[in-house]
Amino acid sequence: MHELSIAISIVDTVIDQAKKASANRVSEVELDIGTLSGIEYESLEFALGVAAKDTILEETLFRINRVEPVAECPKCQHLYTPDGMFSLCPECNEQGIRLIQGTELQIKSLLVEQNE
Amino acid sequence: MCDTCGCGSGTNPVKISRPGETERHIDNDHPHSHGHPHDHDHPHSHGHHHDHSHDNSQQRLIRVEEDILGKNNLLASRNSGYFEAKGVVALNLMSSPGSGKTTLLEKTIRALEGLRPVGVIEGDQQTLNDAERIHAAGAPVVQVNTGNGCHLDAEMIRQALDQLQVQEESLLFIENVGNLICPSLFELGEKNRIVIISVTEGEDKPLKYPTMFEHAHTCIINKTDLLPYVDFDMDLVKKHALSVNPHLHIMELSAKTGEGMEQWIEWLLDQKP
Repeated sequence: MHELSIAISIVDTVIDQAKKASANRVSEVELDIGTLSGIEYESLEFALGVAAKDTILEETLFRINRVEPVAECPKCQHLYTPDGMFSLCPECNEQGIRLIQGTELQIKSLLVEQNE
Repeated sequence: MCDTCGCGSGTNPVKISRPGETERHIDNDHPHSHGHPHDHDHPHSHGHHHDHSHDNSQQRLIRVEEDILGKNNLLASRNSGYFEAKGVVALNLMSSPGSGKTTLLEKTIRALEGLRPVGVIEGDQQTLNDAERIHAAGAPVVQVNTGNGCHLDAEMIRQALDQLQVQEESLLFIENVGNLICPSLFELGEKNRIVIISVTEGEDKPLKYPTMFEHAHTCIINKTDLLPYVDFDMDLVKKHALSVNPHLHIMELSAKTGEGMEQWIEWLLDQKP
């Protein structure tokens, strides 16, 4: 359910940025969303449609990059791909995952159209 | 449409109120900004001259790299600064509905009487029921009704603080909306995030909702008085919780019988801003 709050936050931020850039159209927005960020991709896509309705982003394409998780073992510093939030280090079996990637919730870039 | 205050749908607005007071909807002083059509985010600007050709528009890539929760986190930092200045310790209590958060709070307020001042912000979608219970237990309280919203955010806390007038050096309990998913993503400016589960919920809660347990500092396992009547493996739930977050501080208690409450109260009194 929080995907709608997230979507509203994305739309607000993009509109602010577009205004700053004096853009009159935003054709594309690129988002980095980690697979362990707590976001359901389908819900977010749906919520973005709802949040963008009747704004300058109504026609905007939202490109969502799924960022796969990478963990670093806190003990032996081995880098590995965890299969969730409770993976053990495959090298030394240490418990306690330290994610260095996979929880992203970021607006990467906007593709805007400006009049000269 | 807006899930935070429902302002687009005309129903379920965010309300901040105190027991015995008429509920009020923050109408003009909106608790958050949004890109709705009724503010002035028109697809065209009004002030410009229409003497240019629209053919010479050009595309440009703007690198933003902005955290989506950045605005909330900024407001949370502001709340946190306010707490620090007043010597207040804010605790964010999160759980599924029915884990016993409000009962635990009632008992806690009574146990802390004369030892440390307390304030409470209650979050629920609807009703003043919990605020009335806390008020009856003797603590100053403000109720935030989130309407359609499934979590509290930093701006709601800031608004509630305007009404609460929290005492210096006090413990501020923020009872989040009953939900093990959404509240974990929204920082409020709290010092400590506490997740509460009860022995009637099943040992796999930490595995089913890992984000919540990963974000929490403290975990309370409530309703231990029911252990003889339910299939609940205490060691297993702890093992699961620690596999998600090895730094989690776990306390077992029964708010109803008072068993284990002493260590909780002691822990609360040890909390420094």
